[in-house]
Amino acid sequence: MAHPATVIDGEEIARIVDAHSALEGPLLPMLHALQEAFGHVPAQAHAPICDALNITRAELHGVITFYHDFREKPAGRHVLKICRAEACQSVGGAAVADALLAKLGLEWHGTTSDGAVTIEPVYCLGMCACGPAAMVDDRVVGRVDAAKLEKLLAEVGA
Amino acid sequence: MKVYVPMDSAAKALGAEDVVDALRAAAPEAEIVRTGSRGMIWLEPLVEVELDGVRLGFGPAEPSDVPGILDGSSAKALGPVEDLDWMKRQTRLTFARVGVIDPLSLSDYQAHGGLTGLRRALAMTGQEIVDEVKASGLRGRGGAGFPTGIKWQTVHDADAPQKYIVCNADEGDSATFADRMLMEGDPFTLIEGMAIAGIGVGATKGYVYLRSEYPDAIAVLSRAVEIARAEGLLGGDVLGSGRAFNMEIRKGAGAYVCGEETSLLNSLEGKRGVVRSKPPLPALEGFLGRPTVVNNVISLATVPVIFEKGAQFYADFGLGRSRGTVTLQIAGNVAQGGLFETAFGISLGEVVNDLGGGTASGRPVKAVQVGGPLGAYMPVSKFDTPLGYEEFDTAGGLIGHAGLTVFDDTTDMLGMARFAMEFCAVESCGKCTPCRIGAVRGVETIDRIAQGDADALPLLTDLCETMKDGSLCALGGFTPFPVMSALTHFPDDFARLKEAAE
Ligand SMILES: Cc1cc2nc3c(=O)[nH]c(=O)nc-3n(C[C@H](O)[C@H](O)[C@H](O)COP(=O)(O)O)c2cc1C
Ligand code: SF4
Ligand code: FES
Repeated sequence: MAHPATVIDGEEIARIVDAHSALEGPLLPMLHALQEAFGHVPAQAHAPICDALNITRAELHGVITFYHDFREKPAGRHVLKICRAEACQSVGGAAVADALLAKLGLEWHGTTSDGAVTIEPVYCLGMCACGPAAMVDDRVVGRVDAAKLEKLLAEVGA
Repeated sequence: MKVYVPMDSAAKALGAEDVVDALRAAAPEAEIVRTGSRGMIWLEPLVEVELDGVRLGFGPAEPSDVPGILDGSSAKALGPVEDLDWMKRQTRLTFARVGVIDPLSLSDYQAHGGLTGLRRALAMTGQEIVDEVKASGLRGRGGAGFPTGIKWQTVHDADAPQKYIVCNADEGDSATFADRMLMEGDPFTLIEGMAIAGIGVGATKGYVYLRSEYPDAIAVLSRAVEIARAEGLLGGDVLGSGRAFNMEIRKGAGAYVCGEETSLLNSLEGKRGVVRSKPPLPALEGFLGRPTVVNNVISLATVPVIFEKGAQFYADFGLGRSRGTVTLQIAGNVAQGGLFETAFGISLGEVVNDLGGGTASGRPVKAVQVGGPLGAYMPVSKFDTPLGYEEFDTAGGLIGHAGLTVFDDTTDMLGMARFAMEFCAVESCGKCTPCRIGAVRGVETIDRIAQGDADALPLLTDLCETMKDGSLCALGGFTPFPVMSALTHFPDDFARLKEAAE
């Protein structure tokens, strides 16, 4: 994932907003594209979005905060999602997640102090017959245990 | 030499890419075909080597198994995949091609019966198409089991300049992965089903609302849509018929409630995914206020086989008012988990013990949650319940999207009840108080029970009644199913701590 998040380029924002304005129901695709480009939905994008779609800032804020996916601040360089849902619980997922959080000294949604990785809960990754499941950026991993998670974190430099 | 390796994300999650790398290194001349998964997740990555037209299975494969797989000496040899008990016992209609063909080869697709249904539909009137779906007895596979043909009729009859087909690919329920496997393993089937729906009801535009947690499915289906456009399966002139149908994929944003159809439509429109009150029905005022068919992936992906083989062929499978096949997803603490498509009517116990082989841990089964996070926990005493919409309703449960999660005897059912409330609180859209606030109170009440406060038990029962009666949608309305079934069938788990405290 490694986002180029540091510089928020107004022209890039304008380009993304413009590229999506003509869609039916343009807002979610627009927010996803902004987040893909910047690692979060930058505050600088709010005014251009509201202008393009003729919605209020309150409406936009309502939408951004409704969905778990959208961030108002950048995450760590990598995101590790661990499934908390029932099928993964049935094979010990909760203990694996708790142990990892304890080891890193983080709560859910927390980011390691070096900014390498953010740990997030997710409710099902469709890996329910090979849980506990986790996802590092866009890569899904099945039957995770402490050792496998450690290896994954090492791979992404955390 | 032809070797098949799944690119299904479950196979990848269990190391398929490493196996492919090892195969490429050891046999650079071999033709490696990527497929969907056969559904035997406990055997993934399942490598198949074709010999004299027969596909021989090896699994679960690791890179170190590759030399033995290539010379046939591997201890992981399973014999012809089609002869495996799991495969022979299925009736694979919706999933006929999944795991067999290259998901992105339209010629493979057609060689295995693909597009036959659409070609037949293109020669029919809209009403004839709707009638065929009605005659098949197909009911929505997304959870509610509403007759698909009746929904289509409403949209067909609605008079509007623009109608839509919206595919619900939000698949948020734990223990469900049929939608994902279908989209990754045979995406043209979904596209064909949506095209038939569009032609049938007079909708020229379709959307797939696909959850963001499924990057592989998004990639495969997106590519399939591009291919379908390039090959004239989608566009202004579907297969040269002069009729138009096109579609787009939209990514969800991590909200479970957006699987509820009206919340999904709001989300698709770019709003908060708050549930709408019905009426108006989405069939009349759906996406952008226009008539819209909202159907689950499996419902739509079952349409092509109904048109290929005929409605009666499909309706001849099943039990009572549950016609055709159900795509069971066997998950959780189970020895043999995966996807198993069979006629309705198989019993819960047969699924868990016989197909699933009992728990993965080897311990006794304690409970099976059927139908995802809003489904009931079924105790072993209910294992004779046949899989059918009405039959499960009578047994105090629901089939939902047909996912089953097996739990062994170490499971703390109070903990599972607490989780159901917690999940409802996290995912509530916020519109109704009994759901938004009730779920938070539910967690607190269960915590009091855990601390030995017996007075909290009737409170929990009351709260569940209030949530059931006062919730607009099944998130708040059905969360009482897992909670109350846990309490009713496993009272010891709710009393144990009380005694300890006394
Ligand atoms: C909270 C909630 C979540 C739901 N999630 C899904 C889902 O992920 N996929 C789905 O197809 N239906 C889901 N449904 C059911 C839909 O509202 C709707 O009934 C379904 O999409 C209709 O399609 P079908 O008739 O083909 O099943 C959900 C319902 C509720 C109340
Ligand atoms: S029951 Fe819950 S999720 Fe459903 S509409 Fe009411 S508040 Fe929203
Ligand atoms: S419950 Fe964890 S992947 Fe489905």
